[in-house]
Amino acid sequence: MTTPSDVSPILGKLTLAALPLDQPILVVTFAVVAAGGVALLALLTWFRLWGYLWKEWFTSVDHKKIGIMYLVLGTVMLLRGFADAIMMRLQQAIAFNGSEGYLPPHHYDQIFTAHGVIMIFFVAMPFVTGFMNFVVPLQIGARDVAFPFLNNFSFWMTVGGVILVMMSLFVGEFAKTGWLAYPPLSGITYSPDVGVDYWIWALQVAGVGTTLSGINLIVTIIKLRAPGMSLMKMPVFTWTALCTNVLIVATFPVLTAVLALQGLDRYLGMNFFTSDLGGSAMMYVNLIWIWGHPEVYILILPLFGVFSEVASTFSGKRLFGYTSMVYATVCITILSYLVWLHHFFTMGSGASVNSFFGITTMVISIPTGAKLFNWLFTMYRGRIRFELPMMWTVAFMLTFVVGGMTGVLLAVPPADFVLHNSLFLVAHFHNVIIGGVLFGSFAAINFWFPKAFGFKLDPFWGKISFWCWVVGFWLAFMPLYILGLMGVTRRMRVFDDPSLQIFFITAGVGVAVIACGIAAMLIQFAVSILHRERLRDVTGDPWDGRTLEWATSSPPPEYNFAFTPVVHDLDAWYDMKRRGYQRPLSGFRSIPMPRNTGAGVVLAALSTICGFALIWHIWWLVGLSFIAVIVTAIVHTFDYDRSHRIPAETIADTEALRTQALAAAE
Amino acid sequence: MRRTVRRLALLAVPLLLGGCNLVVLNPAGDVAQRQGDLVMIATGLMLLIILPVMALTVLFAWRYRAAHRDAPYDPDWDHSTGLELVIWAAPLVIIICLGALTWAGTHLLDPYRPLARIAPDRPVPASVEPLEVNVVALDWKWLFILPEYGIASVNELAAPVDRPIRFRITATSVMNSFYIPALAGQIYAMPGMETTLNAVINRPGEFEGFSANYSGAGFSGMRFRFHGMTEQGFEGWVAQVRRAGETLGRTDFLALQRPSQNAPVRHFSAVDPDLFSAILNMCVEPGRMCQHDMMSIDARGGLGVAGIGSVRRLVRGGAADDGAERPAGSMVASICAIPTFPAARPERAAVSQMRLTGAGLRPPGLERSLPLAVSQLPPGPES
Repeated sequence: MTTPSDVSPILGKLTLAALPLDQPILVVTFAVVAAGGVALLALLTWFRLWGYLWKEWFTSVDHKKIGIMYLVLGTVMLLRGFADAIMMRLQQAIAFNGSEGYLPPHHYDQIFTAHGVIMIFFVAMPFVTGFMNFVVPLQIGARDVAFPFLNNFSFWMTVGGVILVMMSLFVGEFAKTGWLAYPPLSGITYSPDVGVDYWIWALQVAGVGTTLSGINLIVTIIKLRAPGMSLMKMPVFTWTALCTNVLIVATFPVLTAVLALQGLDRYLGMNFFTSDLGGSAMMYVNLIWIWGHPEVYILILPLFGVFSEVASTFSGKRLFGYTSMVYATVCITILSYLVWLHHFFTMGSGASVNSFFGITTMVISIPTGAKLFNWLFTMYRGRIRFELPMMWTVAFMLTFVVGGMTGVLLAVPPADFVLHNSLFLVAHFHNVIIGGVLFGSFAAINFWFPKAFGFKLDPFWGKISFWCWVVGFWLAFMPLYILGLMGVTRRMRVFDDPSLQIFFITAGVGVAVIACGIAAMLIQFAVSILHRERLRDVTGDPWDGRTLEWATSSPPPEYNFAFTPVVHDLDAWYDMKRRGYQRPLSGFRSIPMPRNTGAGVVLAALSTICGFALIWHIWWLVGLSFIAVIVTAIVHTFDYDRSHRIPAETIADTEALRTQALAAAE
Repeated sequence: MRRTVRRLALLAVPLLLGGCNLVVLNPAGDVAQRQGDLVMIATGLMLLIILPVMALTVLFAWRYRAAHRDAPYDPDWDHSTGLELVIWAAPLVIIICLGALTWAGTHLLDPYRPLARIAPDRPVPASVEPLEVNVVALDWKWLFILPEYGIASVNELAAPVDRPIRFRITATSVMNSFYIPALAGQIYAMPGMETTLNAVINRPGEFEGFSANYSGAGFSGMRFRFHGMTEQGFEGWVAQVRRAGETLGRTDFLALQRPSQNAPVRHFSAVDPDLFSAILNMCVEPGRMCQHDMMSIDARGGLGVAGIGSVRRLVRGGAADDGAERPAGSMVASICAIPTFPAARPERAAVSQMRLTGAGLRPPGLERSLPLAVSQLPPGPES
């Protein structure tokens, strides 16, 4: 929509002015990031790791490695998203008594937008996808996902989205619209800069990856289960993964469509979401939440699965009420489509519409409540070992009920009218996302880390991290609940009322405590790697596990299982152990496995370039990279040499090594 | 009963909060008070189940810890039909209660619903007409027009105590949310659309009002003062506004709507009576077609190919014209020589004082009328 004179045919809208050289905070950040990046690249070069990384990781189609890469990505982005959180808390703690704080609106508004986008799309989503990728094939006794190349491609598309978001920090700017970019504010008239375009294309590129990975995991779970594993013998985590991926496949296309329509508004002057020429912003708000609400359940359901596995394993008991757990999960999956309007009761729908959506929202709390009781009665008459995963689970149960309660409260429309968009709401969704998704992720990391790497995580630093997170969470968000009841709204940059300051300072202290928790977690990783011999687990089953992933070695071999296990009971591995299962030591046969390929990296890189060119209106590059994507994809389809066979001797050798290790451990 | 629940629930709020002003739970208007009560009642209802769950979690975690060898251990116990019935039924019962409360509360406290009472046991007297206030959210300030008095003000509003107020709310540019926590719950302010809020203030005093939906760079400063006043005080305020030299016509409004941050209070002694309708229909600028005209033309099948010519590109961004560089937008140019639409809305049905039960919960007076009935339009080009 800019006049042609602003757009250079070579560089589009991109000029030197796009570099934020006038903003010292960004310049310093850039210097630090650049120095860190250069140091990292130098180290990789020094230790000659490039070839290893490319061959063993970047081009890998192994679901375990891709899962681990998702988790690394999520952890790195957690640091970025958390840096945004610290900056916001600091701004809100000091911007009182006429002080403007230290962030101008131009910067502050980008920070809260980026915080939301990053935490949801590039922290929580990679965590969840990572766990599902790593665990699901192992739990169902498969050798890989159904479409291994697609899996690699999905991961790199997510990375492409991350790169675009990170780039917006130093080239141009990010959206200043809030994480869901409601029009008309996000329209071209009120956001003429590239920020919203970065938002659109980062999410479009990453969204392709998410949708494809959803399809991949559904097919994997439906088609690749071990013989004997009927749907009602599937581990609960796999069940929740199935439901989550159904949600992904059904909702992400809605997001893609909304972003496309918004893109048409911004690029071609169409008017889907403007108030002129017959468009309506209310349609955008509806559509984005038709995606947005199921998204919340996409994030939390797999972690419900994690808590189920952890509660049952560490209580040394079968999961209480497996069947009702499964039905509860399916209920939540279906109901999550029927509640989206509770995000905007205040948009002026009639009372009947509002009460319908309010009540459907409350109804979701029934299966969720049932799940909670099921975990509770799994602990009942158990023999609970308070290892880190179980500690996170109990912390989750105590934290999440409060978030659930405030959530149901917000579902009562008249209550929502006074609490909507307030800090009470902010406290509520952090209560469920930190208390549910993050606590669950930490439980899962501590639970499955020994499976992925063959040694446990250090419990000392893990416990420090645990207590910092739990205490920090309550310190940081209880004041926000109170502030919400004092009528304080979200996304404010400066405040008039000095009596609020003490609450913001308390919240700031809470965030500092959480920062210690994150630091302790990073130290935990470092210490564990240093002391890996002391923490080593050769059995492959360090927690006395119950599901199939614990039946193989840690880390599992490329082919996961030398022989596909046969399942007779719900807790398949527990059942095998009880019946005196003997590991087969001979009779191995060669196994066909997919071959690594760089096509995913190339395709995702080209898509990211295309996104970047679209953001800056560099039309020749848009055309070129788009054609390149198509050509690469077509060329890749002619690559018929996609699998290789692991010879029986190699498998026999690998298994013999494990036999020796197991014998040495006894 | 409700009082008791509220008191009990209030006790649950930690005592250290005694010093701070929880305006949401302790507001000055009847509507907000009832909404706040609902917050407390719903919390109380849910605590009935939340507290036992939390207590049981701690109890089981302690009692069945591995170190406690005397506790019973039952590794294969994974099902109990009776218990399962209870764990599904207990939340269900709570949600049925809460759902009933929600259904009734949502209808009774629907912001569109004209008030039936101004305080507990004080129905609205038949002779009292609500004070109409037209609210416009601008970048980044609030404009209030009081058509009854023909005055307007920016970032300041007053209303007499115990007289129902009917807000008609719209915006010029982006979405905002109109919220005075002490008075009543919020509702969005959106360009080209009208939302309604009915409320009443029961205590004199000075209260905060603001936008509760992020709207851009000047959002933090988009605050105003709302004064609850006695009848005399309010008359005095009206007189004070009338003494202001400024008037608000269409041209003045175009100047006013340019983006500004932390705008000071301004008073206008006279207002163009058609201004609010023009703002709502996005046709304050000369030569721009009003929304209701566009909608009724569309309802009759549109203008056909000839209509394409009526879309005009603006040199600068129309409603956002603040002199800053913005890309050009497009708009539908007016095809009517003189925009015509009724300034006043049709009569509303009187508020039923009947008790609302069951199917009778249908709120009265909700029939929204189109700004302009199709039959009132001049004949379209095709007829």
